[in-house]
Parts: sequence; structure tokens; C-alpha cells
Amino acid sequence: MMTTTNTEGLLRFITAGSVDDGKSTLIGRLLFDSKSVLSDQLLAVRNARHKRTAGEQIDFSLLTDGLEAEREQGITIDVAYRYFSTANRKFIIADTPGHEQYTRNMVTGASTADAAVVLIDPVRALDEQDNVTLLAQTRRHSALLRLLGIRHIVVAVNKMDLIDFDQQRFEKICDAYAQLAAQLGIENVRYIPVSALSGDNVVLRSEQMPWYTGLPLLSMLESIELTQAADSDPAALRFPVQLVVRQDGSQADDFRGYMGKVAGGQLHVGQTIRVLPGDQTAVVKEILGPDGQLDRAVAGDVPTLSLDRDIDISRGDIIVAADAHIIPRRAIEADVCWFDADPLDLKRKYLLRHTFASIPVRINRINKVLDVSTLLNETGSDQLRLNDIGQVQLTLQKPLVSDSYDQNAVTGSFILIDEVSNNTVAAGIINAPALA
Amino acid sequence: MDTLSGSITQPTHLHTAHLKRLEAESIYIIREVYAQSRLPALLFSGGKDSVVLLHLARKAFRLGNRPLALPFSLVHIDTGHNYPEVIRFRDALIAQHGFKLVVGHVEDSIRKGTVKLRRATDSRNAAQAVTLLETIEAHGFDALMGGARRDEEKARAKERIFSFRDEFGQWDPKAQRPELWELYNARVHPGEQIRVFPISNWTELDIWQYIEQEKLALPEIYYAHDREIVRRNELLVPVTELTPKQRHEQSEVISVRFRTVGDISCTCPVASTAATPADIIHETAIAEITERGATRMDDQISEASMEKRKKEGYF
Repeated sequence: MMTTTNTEGLLRFITAGSVDDGKSTLIGRLLFDSKSVLSDQLLAVRNARHKRTAGEQIDFSLLTDGLEAEREQGITIDVAYRYFSTANRKFIIADTPGHEQYTRNMVTGASTADAAVVLIDPVRALDEQDNVTLLAQTRRHSALLRLLGIRHIVVAVNKMDLIDFDQQRFEKICDAYAQLAAQLGIENVRYIPVSALSGDNVVLRSEQMPWYTGLPLLSMLESIELTQAADSDPAALRFPVQLVVRQDGSQADDFRGYMGKVAGGQLHVGQTIRVLPGDQTAVVKEILGPDGQLDRAVAGDVPTLSLDRDIDISRGDIIVAADAHIIPRRAIEADVCWFDADPLDLKRKYLLRHTFASIPVRINRINKVLDVSTLLNETGSDQLRLNDIGQVQLTLQKPLVSDSYDQNAVTGSFILIDEVSNNTVAAGIINAPALA
Repeated sequence: MDTLSGSITQPTHLHTAHLKRLEAESIYIIREVYAQSRLPALLFSGGKDSVVLLHLARKAFRLGNRPLALPFSLVHIDTGHNYPEVIRFRDALIAQHGFKLVVGHVEDSIRKGTVKLRRATDSRNAAQAVTLLETIEAHGFDALMGGARRDEEKARAKERIFSFRDEFGQWDPKAQRPELWELYNARVHPGEQIRVFPISNWTELDIWQYIEQEKLALPEIYYAHDREIVRRNELLVPVTELTPKQRHEQSEVISVRFRTVGDISCTCPVASTAATPADIIHETAIAEITERGATRMDDQISEASMEKRKKEGYF
């Protein structure tokens, strides 16, 4: 697949790591040093009742911990979204919670992220002999980042001021993380020593660590290249149909259109397409964008299509290229992260939501459950509890038009809904079908 | 600390490449509300954020040059304490496009006794929650779209795009539904509702850049005009019947504009000579005070006042 890259536009990133690794402080520092914190916010933080810093020092975490309960307990419960811009990019930060019990909120923030900053507290990772043990939550979050396919990972070893800005100890931690990354199959990790509290290597280069020659964090985030959809392979077209709209004017202008979001490849006027799962063929007659007629639409666009003939299309169907190799299936294998206090019940039926389709589903089998502390898989378990990640077999009531998550994150992902409580109880990532 | 490596937004070179992505995201969300809800509606006050939201809704359902029929009503919760320019603008826009507008009056809730104010001139801003819930119940709406943005306020920064409200209209910040990818879950039981914020990820600057790009009309009080004000608690308080001068206060007439427009009793203008969206973009990019901090008396009462109001059903 041919792609070009750019650094303009919008980068979404999350912060991950354990409680007290300093995620909120780092974001506060990033906002403060990039002049994105305004004077009244600063005043509110200075006057705040629940401060964790001494004297005049500003508690930067209060800039993002917005809920009363968070301020009282000094922890992050739910994702907070923050926004700032530099000369060439808008950033959306999802500040995610570190506590294990709020893992589902971390996954919420990570599912839409292009990049992740994983924070590590060296004081807790190192013992007296400078042996490194990464915290369970660092491992869990990294496993989730791998699962969600976040392509750009920056490991920020925080609180460098507490280990005398020592290069050797920094490198030991990097080595330990590199081992974890290899074990999980994470590629392209960047490492950076920072002190969020004092601002070293956050926006400004640190004077304390001349041995570090890389970019400060903000510059690193500015330089991450975003994939551009414009040149993607036309055969990879995926257009899930969100809405079918009709406008009955005079006979001559009876309009039937299909609204949706291009989830891969390209659409152009005159293209022959197939509609799945029904497998009907038609030709694209018209593409309407938000500002009028278009010749083509690419991934991320939200056009309305009309076709050259009337065929039966409903919300949840997927339009693909005429020669696409994709077979609707009623049985899939997926990795799921369980979010609900009630564990997965193999006897129950759930509602699977995939693009715009809602399909009743049963989980037949739990193949294995990931133990995040050892990163080993346990087999023979019939339980998937809150925050567990497991590989399962699902049977759907109707055929599903899907890809593996590696190929396409939109058509390769789903959520499960409990039809009694209406809660979203799991996130699922579809695995490639086993070779026959 | 030697080099300033991350160059910060300067008003001289603002980029707009991200607006297309924000627009597409919002259109997708608005269509999803329509697809998943039985009876959705869109909150429209005539303020700048709701003007942008309405414009996005029109784009979401426009089919080329064919006549547009917006598939839901607009709802305005009217405190009765409005700037007349805003109501005039609202009514003109509704008439121009033939939209259906439902107005819920806080005055009616006061008359019924469901809203009690200590003094007749008290801010009716918090009381809007009661009238909003009564309007939702009277019309049977199960999903309401609003123009709130996450960059406005710290409780809003925490809220999901599809935000579940129980049968009392309350938000429970500790038990929000996980919101994965773009797979939104708007399922509710009868009596419960979903509040949806399609422009959650837009900032004040994005809104103004979009207003300029799309040439959107706004009530004239968003642009510089002369107004009588008094200086009180570092705010410029407009002198009106509802917010009269206090004893010993000196009023003055200066050039101001409103950054946010709400109930008269709690919205203040900022000193400005910005007459066009481009001027405002310039001012916004170098602003030192947040939008609500400069202009809202209601948010300053306690650190958690927005969260508290949201828990009571506020938008």
C-alpha cells in the first residue's frame, strides 16, 4: 500500500502508565510550557483546596483532574481530554487513569489515539541494586497499546531529578522496556528522559542531561508522521453504510443515497462496487461531500453516495471494491477486553456492534486469558472478569463483513452491549481467520 | 533550558488542515444520533457554538442542491433573561430555513413552582436544568445534541461524546460508558436519555476559524460594540435592568464583545475592538484568559460548580 506522510493536521495521543507515574503532571507541564494554560486556570489551580505540592509550587495535575472525587483522592478516574496547538499541528491529549479498576477508561482513550506516551517512574522501577522491575500496570497498559495497535510509542522515563539525571539508570530502564516491547511485539519505541515536575525535556531541552541528544517530548510529538489516506489502495475500499436516505421529489429527481464514512481505500464516480453481505453489484453514480459534488472520496471522508440502480441496502451493510477478497463469516475469533463488573457469561446472548451493524452473538469458548503480570496465556479458563483480556470464539446470528484489526481498525473492531443493562461491556479486536 | 523547541501557535501562521477532520467527525456523530435514537433534538440558543452545530447538522443531511429537511427539531431553553439581539437572530434564522423550534421557558417552571429562586433577579442559569428536563419529558426526546466543548471547562473535559443520563437526567461521572473507537452506544431504557456533544473536540479557536471559513452569521453582539459596563471582580459587568449598577459603582461606555452568550445575569463581555472573525481569531490565539473564566459569573462559585450542575441534569 502506497502512503505519503505529513505532519500537519491533528495528532491524538494518550498518556499511559501506573498511578503516580506523573501522567497528569506531565500533561500539565506540556500545557504550561507550551503557553496553553491561561491565567485564570492557573489562578484556580493555585487556589485549589486539594493540592499535592508544597508551598508555592504549582500542582500541575490539577489542570487535568477535573472531577471532585479526583481532586479529593488525588487520582485520575476518567479520561480528560485536553487541546493545544503548535505552529503546525493541533493536539488532542487523552489523559487516562492509571488505576487498574479504571482500565476501561484507559482503553476508551487509547482506541482513538495515534500515539501513546508511556510514563515510567524510575524510583519504583529500580531496586537498591539498580535492577529493573516494570510495574504490573506498565505491562498491562503496554499490552493494551499493542492490542489496540497504537503505532507510535514514546517511553518517557519521568522523575529523572530523583535519580540524579543518571544516564546509566535511564538506559537500564529502556533495556527493560525494550524486552517487554519485544515480548509483546511492539515495534518503533522511542525513549526520552524527562522530569515533568521541573520541565526537563518536556517542551524545553534539559540542561541537566547533556548526554541526551534526542528531541524534547513536544518536538518528538510534532515530528511523528501521520499516514495520509489520499494515496491508499483503491481495492482496499471499505464503506460501511451508516444511513439510507431518500428524497422523493418529482419522478425525475427521486434520490436514494447512502451515507457513511470511508474506512479504507477510495471511492470514485463510475466505480463498480459490491454491497456485502448480500453481494449485489452496482456502479457509483454520484458522490456528495459536505460542500457538494465530489469525484472521489478517501478514508476519513463522510460522503453520501448514489448508485446507478436500486438495490436493497440497509444500515450496517458494507460497500467494497468489485474485486475485494472478503468473505462474510458467522464465526470469528477475537481478543476482547472485558469492562463490566458482571463477568462474561457463556450462557448469555450479547449484542455485537460492528461499524453500523448490530448483531446478536454468543461467546462459545474462551481460548485463553492473558495474565498481564507474566504476559503468559492461561488456557482452560471459563471466566473473563472486569479488566481481563481474553481470546474468544464468537458465533453470530448473521454473517459479518469484517477484516482483521491489523488490516483495518474500523472493520476489525467491535463492542459488545449487554441488552438488559444497555451497557457497553467489552471491546473486541478481530483476529485473522486461521488458515484452513 | 536553552532552545524553545516547540514553537507555539502564533496568530500570524494558523493552520486549518484539522478543521476538515473535525467537521467530518461531527457530521458522523450527528448522523449516528439520528440513526440510533427514536426522537432526537438539537439544542439551539443562537450562540456561536450552537450556530456551528446547526451548520454541521445541515451539512450532515444536505443532499447536494436538493432542498434540505432537517430530520429533528431544535430546542431552546429560554431563561427569559436574553440579549434581544440573540433572540432576534434565532428567530430570523429559524424563519429563513423553516426549522421547527421548541422553546422551553424557565418562566413557566417558575410559575408552576418547579423552579424556586431566592430573588426574582437571581441568575436563572442553573434553573435551566429543570426546564430542560421538563421539556424533554413533555416532548419525549430520547437524545439531545448540544454544542458544549471539552475545552470550555474541566468537568466537560471528562464527559463522553455520547453521555448517558438516568431517569432523573443526571450524569454519573464515575460510571460513564466506555466509548471505543467510533462505536457509539445510544441505547437507553424508556425515561433515560443520551446527551450528545458533536463538537466535543473543537476549541474556541477552531470554532472561530470555522465561522470564518464557512462565513457563518452570528448575533452582532459577538463583535465589537459600545456598551455601558461596570468593572466588578475583574469582570466587565454589563449595566442592564437585571444587572444594575451597585451603589458607589461608576459605569463607563467602552468597546466590548461577547465571547460566550448566555443568561444576561451571568454573562459578561470582554474589552475588544475585534469587528470580524479574523480579528477575533487573532485575539483568541493570544488570549490569556479562558472563555468561561473571562465571562461567566456562575462558574466561579466553586471549583466543581459545572460538575455539580451537570449531575443535576444541566447540559
